[in-house]
Amino acid sequence: MKAVRAIAAMTGLLATLPAGQLAAQVDRTNPPPLGPAPTLRVPTPVTTRLANGLELVVVPMHEVPVVNVTVIVRAGSVRDPRDGPGLATFTANMLDEGAGRRTALEIADEAAFLGAQLNTGASYEWATVSLHVPKRQIGPALDLLADVVVHPTFPDSEVIRQRDLRRTGILQLRDQPTAQAPIAFNAIVYGANHPYGWPTGGTEASTTALDRAKVQAFYDTYYRPNNTRVIVVGDVSLAEARQLLESRLGSWQRGTVPVLAALEAPAPASRTFYLVDKPAAAQSVIRIGQVGVPRNTPDFYALRVMNTILGGSFTSRLNQNLRETHGYTYGANSAFAMRRLAGPFTAAASVVTAKTDSSLIEFLRELRRIRDEPVPAEELEKAKAYITLGMPSDFETTQGTAGQFLDLLTNDLPLSLYSTYLARVTAVTAADVQRVARRYLDPDHFALVVVGDRSQIETGIRALNEGPISLRDLWGQEIH
Amino acid sequence: MKQSGTTSLRAVGLVAMAVCFPVLGTSRLLAQALHVPYETFTLPNGLQVIVHEDRSVPIVAVNTWYHVGSGDEHTGRTGFAHLFEHIMFMGSQHVPTGRFDQLLEGAGADNNGSTTEDRTNYYETGPSNAAELMLYLDSDRMGFLIPEITAEKVDLQRGVVQNERRQRVDNQPYGLAEENILSRLYPAGHPYSWPVIGSMADLQAASIEDVRNFFRTNYAPNNATIVISGAISPAEARRLAEKWFGEVPRNPTPVQRNSPAPFTLAHDVFATLEDRVQLPRVFNAWHTVRSFSDDDAALNVLADILAAGRSSRLYKRLVYDLQIATQVTSYHDALKMDGSLRLFATARPGHDLNELQHEIDAQIRLLADSGPTAREIQRVQNQTESQFLGQMETVLGKADQLNQYQYFVGTPDYFEQDLNRYRRITPADVQRVARQYLASAHRVVLSVVPQGQTNLAVTEGVTP
Repeated sequence: MKAVRAIAAMTGLLATLPAGQLAAQVDRTNPPPLGPAPTLRVPTPVTTRLANGLELVVVPMHEVPVVNVTVIVRAGSVRDPRDGPGLATFTANMLDEGAGRRTALEIADEAAFLGAQLNTGASYEWATVSLHVPKRQIGPALDLLADVVVHPTFPDSEVIRQRDLRRTGILQLRDQPTAQAPIAFNAIVYGANHPYGWPTGGTEASTTALDRAKVQAFYDTYYRPNNTRVIVVGDVSLAEARQLLESRLGSWQRGTVPVLAALEAPAPASRTFYLVDKPAAAQSVIRIGQVGVPRNTPDFYALRVMNTILGGSFTSRLNQNLRETHGYTYGANSAFAMRRLAGPFTAAASVVTAKTDSSLIEFLRELRRIRDEPVPAEELEKAKAYITLGMPSDFETTQGTAGQFLDLLTNDLPLSLYSTYLARVTAVTAADVQRVARRYLDPDHFALVVVGDRSQIETGIRALNEGPISLRDLWGQEIH
Repeated sequence: MKQSGTTSLRAVGLVAMAVCFPVLGTSRLLAQALHVPYETFTLPNGLQVIVHEDRSVPIVAVNTWYHVGSGDEHTGRTGFAHLFEHIMFMGSQHVPTGRFDQLLEGAGADNNGSTTEDRTNYYETGPSNAAELMLYLDSDRMGFLIPEITAEKVDLQRGVVQNERRQRVDNQPYGLAEENILSRLYPAGHPYSWPVIGSMADLQAASIEDVRNFFRTNYAPNNATIVISGAISPAEARRLAEKWFGEVPRNPTPVQRNSPAPFTLAHDVFATLEDRVQLPRVFNAWHTVRSFSDDDAALNVLADILAAGRSSRLYKRLVYDLQIATQVTSYHDALKMDGSLRLFATARPGHDLNELQHEIDAQIRLLADSGPTAREIQRVQNQTESQFLGQMETVLGKADQLNQYQYFVGTPDYFEQDLNRYRRITPADVQRVARQYLASAHRVVLSVVPQGQTNLAVTEGVTP
């Protein structure tokens, strides 16, 4: 302290420094300049195909003796029957409830004993079986994975057990406003004729109607090697991975997989607030948006930059405004769900009940501003740098690397894409950002879904004079 | 945390590891001993720096632990350590409010922090050329924060933290269970008797002078350790650490940490809480031991065998065979001053919590009477070893673990010794800790039931 004070006095600053302030001995006026950025080294994927049509991608990474295997099958929720939402996710969840000679608990025990994580699930387009395992156990772990993918037994007793657990989970949705909000939002934005609007976890009625025959038929139709891709990332070579998988998945039988009918999202309604009542809720869960874009849009890079500025980072406008300026929320964000078809654009936050109307004002202000005003140069450069310079971290782990390539594999994009990714982000201009904001954000047609305490928030929302209020249940259906 | 994740993020969820049980004909997952090489030095102001070089990916992580957490708070000011964590991102003398995040994002780096009962950590990860920027920013908020602490900043982050609490606690089903357990597991005034997030009233009461005093006391270089990990040489890391942190003054008054006497429950405590939930859930909590003390690893293994995951005993019994529960979970939470073993299960519709509690107690008695099988032990050991490997995949994971070992056991590269704690566990060890800490000890039993349905709660005396 003494030495520091002396220096402060020498430089004549002491009198102007508030109590407790120190004068720096090194020059802290400006942050240290960044040296040249390290070169992005994207691991190189190699691809091959088994005789039965299964596509295999291998990305060797040898730093840690672990292997990550992800099997993706075009068996996601878009394949759900119209009158039976939830079948795709249920079938995927049933894969490890009995397979080969093992029962459900034996599969769980074997995976744990191998130190492996084995997970199954389904999203809108794809069902996924993933395995993360120490290299030394890759053989027996792949035996387990192959049984789960190719030889699930779907025992009646397990179908009933899991069906009943799922029904209980649906009952518990009432406790969870952050789980309710997307279900209602999707139903409102996509309606009843598009599978992106259906509840992927099923309804009470569709779950009650699940049985073994439905699951087996769905599996037999879609789980085929010629409808499947596998990516292996980790401590293996292409030859090794190919041999490991050929011996286990090579005899899996091809099948004829039905082609999906073309789908169109409904035309949007004019801007409307949709209120889902959650009495005594401490916060209002807000989801604002509309139909967005598919992953293969040529505007992908401009959209990525635009959304990073709008709500895709901590310093984004939505988070700065609603959290750091107003303190209405612990965090606000936005995202485009880009899939084979146009998924939703969603801006989201959980806000304190008393500031629900004020929060909606700030959301709309930011969502309009990014359309109306060109983004300042410094803000644009920060967003582009955040994306491009941050890319090495995306490829640090086997799971992270798998995720990067799965984004391409699930959207039928070339695996060489990362070689041009940086240049394409760098090329985005302020005019591009404004153009895609105007094209893909349409505040006149936003659906604004609020799950919260109606008695506390309805009057304030009405007073905004920004659109009518429609009361909805937790499935997004109109309450009359 | 500042952004997302859990407030009381445990430094790393150590659970269990693996060894070789030749009788089973299996070998351990790791062929070689697990080591994370490092260099360490201490600046004249008391700041310890640990450097781990790993050039497999061109990124670095800077991970700072301040040795202060909610366990250093006092009654009436709970939640303070975590509120202060938020203030640390709000600008310092040479870094105006907002610039901290802007500079890091502009360099392609991410950052966050978290607060537990025992420590507060701050970290950045990003491309290796951002290393000096990270150290500049961290040193400025360590050395030059006080003049920038204003009432406006404190008020704003108080609002953010209150929303964090609403999001994590008040608007979550069963979210109020934790503070209701802690206040019964510990005597009034014990620093673990309140949750890390604190109470709304205490958060409201925190004054700007409280914030300044907290900084002066705890945020000094001689109360912190920094790990610099990744694509950087030890020489360069040292040069940068000396340059930016060298001038930060030490706190001449050593921190006086709370050190409450060991505490045990004199009798079982039963309580019931009505909540806006569909299904009743029962929580059990027992006192155990401090982290890294003798029975810590055996208790971790016990919790896993009892109710962690689908291969556990209680999952099989409650969820699978009897189908009276939708889920059951247990974990051992060992902290610096004490530990607890937690177990909770949710009833299926049509079942009450006495049914669940009866089966829970029967399974605990079985483990206490007969012990686990050798295979159960090895399963947990293998899972733990695999978790250790997973942590080796990121420079940030390694950095945080080096810091944790330094803080709790006094040496950074404790990976192999830590694994060996689990490799030594025998069925008899697990049986003994099941008897000592669970079967023959008192506990807190909290029933959380739907509004107006207290008849579903565990009845005192229904189980031994």
